[in-house]
Amino acid sequence: MRLASVLRVLWSHWTYRPLQFFALLIGLSLATGLWTGVQAINTEARSSYAEASSTIISNALDYLERKDGTPIKPETYLALQKSGWRTSPLLEGQVQFGDGRSVRVVGIDPITMPREMAALTQPVQGEADQDGSGGLVGFLVPPFTVFVSPGLADLKLNVANIGDVVVSENLPEGTLLTDISLAAQILNKPGEISRLVLAADQKRTRVNLSEVAPQLQRIANTSGADMARLTDSFHLNLTAFGLLAFAVGLFIVQGTINLAFEQRRAMCRTLRVTGTSMTVLTIALLLELLLIALVAGTIGVLLGYFIAALLLPDVAATLRGLYGARVSGELDFHVGWWLSGLAIAVAGTFLAAFWSLTKLIRMPILAASRPRAWARMSARSTLARLAASGICFALALVLYGWGSGLVVAFTIVGAVLIGAALLLPDAMALIISLFEKLAVRPVSQWFWADTRQQLPGLSLALMALMLALAANIGVSTMVGSFRLTFEGWLDQRLASELYVRAADEQQAQQLRTWLAAHPDVDAVLPIWSVETRIDGEPGQVFGVADHRTYRDQWPMLDRSATAWSDVAAGKAILINEQLARRKGLRVGDPVTIDEASRQYKLPVGGIYSDYGNPHAQAMIHVDLLTQLYPEVPRRRHAIRVDPSKAADLSRQISAEFGLGGRSLVDQALIKQRSVEVFERTFTVTQALNVLTLSVAGFAIFTSLLTQSAMRLPQLAPVWALGLTRRELAGLELLRGILLAGLTMIMALPLGLMLAWLLLAVVNVEAFGWRLPMFVFARDWLMLGVYGLIATALAAAIPARRFSKTEPAELVKVFAHER
Amino acid sequence: MLLQVTDLKKSFATEEGRLDVLRGVDLELAAGERLALTGESGCGKSTLLYLVGALEEFDGGDIRIEHQSLAGLSDRERAALRRDSIGIIFQQFNLIPSLTVANNLSFHARLAGREDVAWNEQLAQRLGLTEFLKAYPEQLSGGQQQRVAIGRTLAARPKLILADEPTGNLDEKTSEDVLNLMLELVAETGAGLLMVTHSPRMADRMDRQLVLTAGQVS
Repeated sequence: MRLASVLRVLWSHWTYRPLQFFALLIGLSLATGLWTGVQAINTEARSSYAEASSTIISNALDYLERKDGTPIKPETYLALQKSGWRTSPLLEGQVQFGDGRSVRVVGIDPITMPREMAALTQPVQGEADQDGSGGLVGFLVPPFTVFVSPGLADLKLNVANIGDVVVSENLPEGTLLTDISLAAQILNKPGEISRLVLAADQKRTRVNLSEVAPQLQRIANTSGADMARLTDSFHLNLTAFGLLAFAVGLFIVQGTINLAFEQRRAMCRTLRVTGTSMTVLTIALLLELLLIALVAGTIGVLLGYFIAALLLPDVAATLRGLYGARVSGELDFHVGWWLSGLAIAVAGTFLAAFWSLTKLIRMPILAASRPRAWARMSARSTLARLAASGICFALALVLYGWGSGLVVAFTIVGAVLIGAALLLPDAMALIISLFEKLAVRPVSQWFWADTRQQLPGLSLALMALMLALAANIGVSTMVGSFRLTFEGWLDQRLASELYVRAADEQQAQQLRTWLAAHPDVDAVLPIWSVETRIDGEPGQVFGVADHRTYRDQWPMLDRSATAWSDVAAGKAILINEQLARRKGLRVGDPVTIDEASRQYKLPVGGIYSDYGNPHAQAMIHVDLLTQLYPEVPRRRHAIRVDPSKAADLSRQISAEFGLGGRSLVDQALIKQRSVEVFERTFTVTQALNVLTLSVAGFAIFTSLLTQSAMRLPQLAPVWALGLTRRELAGLELLRGILLAGLTMIMALPLGLMLAWLLLAVVNVEAFGWRLPMFVFARDWLMLGVYGLIATALAAAIPARRFSKTEPAELVKVFAHER
Repeated sequence: MLLQVTDLKKSFATEEGRLDVLRGVDLELAAGERLALTGESGCGKSTLLYLVGALEEFDGGDIRIEHQSLAGLSDRERAALRRDSIGIIFQQFNLIPSLTVANNLSFHARLAGREDVAWNEQLAQRLGLTEFLKAYPEQLSGGQQQRVAIGRTLAARPKLILADEPTGNLDEKTSEDVLNLMLELVAETGAGLLMVTHSPRMADRMDRQLVLTAGQVS
């Protein structure tokens, strides 16, 4: 009963100051929302990987294929089955339909499919049943049920024996899934098998593969479990942003809670004097905080769901572009992140209120109310802040010098950001004091002095603004630098005019002969590669010809003077930056590549940049490649041709060999696709960036607004001495803009430091490559202008409110103790 | 005449309807004259002072300072009048917390463009503030703060000084000291002083006394 009464009294503060209550609620909701949004995206993506690991489409199961890349014969399949191998045939190929669309057709045999592939067939059957197509029967018996990815929903299939066409979200875009016999009909590959999928539980008694089918090789899965590891860095990136946004939101919460606690000191004192024990008061305050946290947390979780739903399609595209990971573009509502959202809201609220609550509990029963005490900076707290800042910077330095790993990289970023944020109030106070000393006119002197005094009350919001601005500058500098580097790199890397992939080895041979005889073709460069281990890491080894295309254009980061000649002579290997950094390899160091039965060692001739590829990669001369791996598939080639004749040559190849779609691509198209992937990669980061900046803007707004009511005692005496309300309101506006401007100036070096950390530390740890840093002064200027406009708008409302304050209100300042 | 108040009326809107605080007040104050305004709490003393100080607008009648009517003045003109002709000493001191004592002392005078360094120094010395010039108001006692407030007003050499219970927050001994100093310095500047007070002892020190009862001078 007593508790309820105390709660009612405490709650009256919020009904008396609804603006403060909404600032608290919105701040906490935004913080929780951004955090939950990021968590929802991460959860969704990870659950997609788990699903992907049980589908054949993404190569999650090991499989067998012919070493020469040609189709597997049904007899080989039967022989393997008889020898105890649990396999299932799969046929795949590219086909162009009447409307010109190139579709990946996958044919499977549901009867022999390994158990691990149940996840693929179950939804298929489920969907088929819903459509009344008879489930497995519809899949197996003509007319066959065909499943297509959503983008192919309107595909016109003029093929016999096709029954229902079911759109399936589980299929990668551009894919058609059906029974293997219909797939063979569509692809015109009767009796062919592309690969044999291996069940995870193979019989121990099975005969050795080299005895039953020596022409086959086992290929380990390339996604699934690997996917989680590969995408960890991306998710850590997102989590870091979510945490930053949450921290920025907490700045609002802490500011508002501190203010509310200070304003309620008199109320608490009265409650204590009238017989409320400190225990009851503390419980009431905790209950009040819990209630606010739960309400704001619920709003935040809903907001987070909305943010995640908005961003997930871009995240899905990013993960597909970067890692080939399949993530559903749709969001499920998980109880887990609902609860974690509420938990983080409660934890954040108590964290933000801890200091105020502790102070209140320790407050002597008759302590005087000091409404602005929270805003005062004592020399002691300045020292504590400077010490904490120093510790943060020292930690960053130590970790930079001696630490490694992505978590360490983000810890460095966090330590630098927190250290700089802690430094901000004192640095600003110092600058403002300098201005104060230089001021001559009384109003300007008062203006600077008052600004300095107001600083502690605004410092949390300004810290939030600085962090958000620095993050914006840092991330946009990183993205801009990456874009410039990436585009330049694409130009170097994609020097050839056409890229062609033959359907099989036979066609590849014919193509080479045909191209060699073609008068317009300057060179045919093989793009042949094998999957193997490079210096112990799984990776790809490419064979390259000795050609000026590589000598002149290849994006080398470091190389020996004779790198290309050594590669041509089979005496050197070129490796990508990722591998070099992970293994600490330099030019001249020996590198081993696994051959069929032994390891082959070559010195590193050069290190090249290889953006967008998380795996190890190496290049040796093509002759050495074919010597080491005689069965290397030889279907892909790059063609050098006069650019003006490229389109014509492409048409001729298409007419002659029936190649098109993904099998014959010109340079411009690849570049366009690569740039598209790149742009989408950073869409999410940019979106979170903007959201964080918005939260910081809101922090400034709420701080100015909640402080405006407390400003009257400072402004009224100056008004009484002869300044108009309009003049004072103008000065208030100017103060807001000025503080934001100073914050921006200080955010610039921090943002550049952040960009450098992202490019030179985080990127290296996350992706394995380091990027050069470019500066974009025009972007900063634009950000500055937007920031000032936003601050001006935020400051304009309280300033306008002051200019409209009735003199009777101002006079009250002189009549009462406030 | 320095100050002429004629048939001054002021009312406020309350939940019970309009409350007439001043119902036709007349008073005059000559330059160098000291007038005490007394009356019960809520009788409208402070309201009258704020109206004369151009802080609030009145509903009827007129206020003239050196023959200039305050009726119909714009916000800017009222601010200029406060800056140039009037000095107000409040019960709550109302110093500017962000400025040092020295800057608080000179602030009004500089704002009015009438800073006199020698006069400021003399004021600081006579008010016993010399050793606190670099301190901030919150570091001073109530009596010291009120001395700064008096010094700030006198430094600007206003023609009319308005004091609202200037010693209401101080103990008896300090009140006496502060009042003595204030009266002495006001006399030196030749300004007219209108002081609102509850204290008959304070009122007795003035040249004249007026009692405000139910919104009218009696």
